[in-house]
Amino acid sequence: MEESCTLSRAATACIAERQDSILTTGKSRSRIHCTTDSLAGSVSQRACVFCGARVVLNPVTDAVHLVHGPIGCATYTMDIRGSLSSGSELFRTSFSTDMKEKDVIFGGEKKLAACIDEIVEKYHPPAIFVYATCVSGMIGDDIIAVCKAASARHNTEVIPVESSGFISGNKVVGYRAAAEALLTLIRPKEGEIVEKTRKVNFLGEYNLAGEMWLTRRYLAEMGIEINVAFTGDSTVAALKRAPSACLNLVQCTGSMHWVATNLERSFGTPYMDVNFFGPENTAESLRKIAAFYEDPAISARAEALIAREMSRIRPEIEKYRSKLRGKRAAIYLGGAYKAIAIIRQLRGLGMEIVLSGTQTGNADEYENMSRILSEGTIIIDDANPAELEKFLIEKHVDVMIGGVKERFLAYKLGIGFVDHNHDRKDGLAGFDGAVRFAREVYVTTCSPVWKSLRTPAPGGTIHGQ
Amino acid sequence: MLECVPEGKIEHTTGKINPAKTCQPIGAMYASLGIHGCLPHSHGSQGCCAYHRMHLTRHFRDQVLASSSSFTEGASVFGGASNLKTSIKNIFKIYNPDIIAIHTTCLSETIGDDVPNIIKQSEIPEGKVVIHTNTPSYVGSHITGFSNMCKSMVAYLAEAQGETKKEQVNVLPGFVNPGDMREIRRIVTALGIKLVMFPDTSGVLDAPLTSKYQMFPEGGATVAEIRDSGNSEVTLALGAFASNAAADLLQEKCGVTGIPLKLPIGLKATDDFIMALKDWFGVEIPKEIAIERGQVIDTLIDTHFHYQGKTVAVFGDPDHVIAMTEFAITMGMVPKYVLTGTPGKEFEATITKMLGDAGITGSKVKAEGDLFELHEWIREEKVDLMIGTTYGKYIARKEDIPLVRFGFPILDRAVHPLMPVVGYRGCLRLIEQISNALLERRDRDALDEDFELVL
Ligand code: SF4
Repeated sequence: MEESCTLSRAATACIAERQDSILTTGKSRSRIHCTTDSLAGSVSQRACVFCGARVVLNPVTDAVHLVHGPIGCATYTMDIRGSLSSGSELFRTSFSTDMKEKDVIFGGEKKLAACIDEIVEKYHPPAIFVYATCVSGMIGDDIIAVCKAASARHNTEVIPVESSGFISGNKVVGYRAAAEALLTLIRPKEGEIVEKTRKVNFLGEYNLAGEMWLTRRYLAEMGIEINVAFTGDSTVAALKRAPSACLNLVQCTGSMHWVATNLERSFGTPYMDVNFFGPENTAESLRKIAAFYEDPAISARAEALIAREMSRIRPEIEKYRSKLRGKRAAIYLGGAYKAIAIIRQLRGLGMEIVLSGTQTGNADEYENMSRILSEGTIIIDDANPAELEKFLIEKHVDVMIGGVKERFLAYKLGIGFVDHNHDRKDGLAGFDGAVRFAREVYVTTCSPVWKSLRTPAPGGTIHGQ
Repeated sequence: MLECVPEGKIEHTTGKINPAKTCQPIGAMYASLGIHGCLPHSHGSQGCCAYHRMHLTRHFRDQVLASSSSFTEGASVFGGASNLKTSIKNIFKIYNPDIIAIHTTCLSETIGDDVPNIIKQSEIPEGKVVIHTNTPSYVGSHITGFSNMCKSMVAYLAEAQGETKKEQVNVLPGFVNPGDMREIRRIVTALGIKLVMFPDTSGVLDAPLTSKYQMFPEGGATVAEIRDSGNSEVTLALGAFASNAAADLLQEKCGVTGIPLKLPIGLKATDDFIMALKDWFGVEIPKEIAIERGQVIDTLIDTHFHYQGKTVAVFGDPDHVIAMTEFAITMGMVPKYVLTGTPGKEFEATITKMLGDAGITGSKVKAEGDLFELHEWIREEKVDLMIGTTYGKYIARKEDIPLVRFGFPILDRAVHPLMPVVGYRGCLRLIEQISNALLERRDRDALDEDFELVL
């Protein structure tokens, strides 16, 4: 493959201001520059505050999600996550106040109130989340007051989500807004006593491609029941029972640590980090959960399950490892917890990781990441496509793990691609997910189509050259 | 979404439920991609830009690059001027495009940033160009944004050098796929007429994979070509909603005659397009094109009994829906529900007239509607077929109606951006899709004793 790059090869970053956001492991001990705003004019792969809030709350299946703003924000987030539901499908319906010029000039509060009234009448939802967007935030609509009044009027939960896009360029701020909304929802009424149970909550699990159901089966086999997931396949009623759990498992730490610490403070529920991406992580997490119960029977069942599943998947993974050994991989994802898990998984497949980056990682997470990566690996925060392109070429990458915006960049460079974002159609969590992930990596890395790319066209030239 | 329409009779008067449109900036971004060497720039916060890129990427299955002013709170309070100036500087430094096409978003519009002034104060390297358009998302739809950016191309770039015009045609293709733009170019070229087409996303969003990465692929109308559009004799504006504004401005600014036409989708609209070219330039219709037309007629006759008399719901962008409705009538189908999310009374008037001329009564037509309404109509009385975007798939599933995917966006099927629906070849493709959807349906519904090899 021809090596061409729009950037100078000598420089590490393509623009001086970005230099500190890119590290090479081993060479320096300097800390990475991260969690700041993106550079104006860069083609950032990041999204916005609204996006962060929306993805966290969207899987609440029987709630109405009403986006208060012009139409775009609602259209782009219509049925956006592959979160599956075992009951209501109402969350997939897209509601927007469809703000018009008139609303921007005179304020959109009346329209918002009217929309809420109509929605209540039509759907009688147990809760309505009202999302603020750039415009409603900018013109100063008091969505808190509108929600409060509507709540009283209809005797139902109408919860404001303060997710105006301009508050920050970072999705994490949106996670916080969603967390606040969830905490409002689950706050027990005055005088109400919450009875503790032996169940666990599963935070930061969105049931993409049914992944939560898989974990639930594992836990059930160990004798542990999931109380409610935040927020995959959850309902308003189930979320309200959250304080009754004896333990909170936190998977996507970026989006849910805040909730977990709050639940600990308000209800005394302890939490632990878990991770079900990759067989080792899954096994470790199951053991940790079992240990919490201090019940030998639970631990024994966990060990039996792990032993059985591991021996079941080992030969399958081995099959793919033999094909993938020595291949070079790049990772660019939203959050660091997943990136770290995937580094481990790819290693398990005998692959080398040459680039790892995230949109929203923090300094500690990058520190952890650099510790487990081998020397010479590039770590990058808030990359733009020009930088990704440069490193993908320089590092001779064979496969990239990323999200929708990275897919075609990889393809254009003749590199395989696996989507580990919201778009995944097959669950990649747990033991079964590990096999599926290995298969996906194999399929794209070793696809016969790459051969056609390298075959000269009739006449000896490649079209377009 | 499967339960989008609740039981019982319901009023739906405010807000949108399952929108059939989206916001202006994405249309502007798409149009900008049709200029060679252009980096679209979104003046606002990052989220919008990310959403627009993601949406376009999903439809076209290709890289969509665009930069953002990355507004945060500071910019929202003090205005976005410094963000935009820094952006322009950074973009030329990092990506070195020929041209930056800026569009605003809700946020910068609400703040009231004076973009042309900011551009004037920015450092623009020698030989490079920066253009802009205003795309407040609370007005119109993505089609309005597309139209606004096309108009800005004319406003910033088109120039008339003297009175004499060149024997060439400007084609404004409307918000169609790169495959369609490629096909329009092929037809005009086959007629032996020189053309300037803008925007032109062919070669940008359907670029061949050469194993060599290009930030700015070879396609797109060059700045020089768009400048030259002021010297053409005539402009064909395809699709009133997307193209008329730019054609009108070309006429006003450079004295180029504008001819408004439908998108050349379907037999009659394609005929009109070709006849407009023939009449103006006095060219002969080449055999190649005559054969293609003959094949459409032949196919229509071979297949008419598959679809004749079937009721159909057509929804999507106004120019698409107008042309498709006309074709459906030509095919003998009955457009029962016709809906677009984009506002505009002309839409309803055009469709109503078309239906009236064909003697079709009892249809429902609506501009600025949403899919909730469409679903409600369908629930009251079903149709045999739906033709529209991916968003219709929930209704199609719930009501068990075949859906032919057509328009923008199509997020769940492959290869469509390369397969034209315009021109006579496009007619064949539409007839194929419509016939096959109905035949497929028949096979699926047939009882064992009715199931046959030949249909
Ligand atoms: S904030 Fe406005 S411009 Fe941005 S996505 Fe939403 S509607 Fe579109």
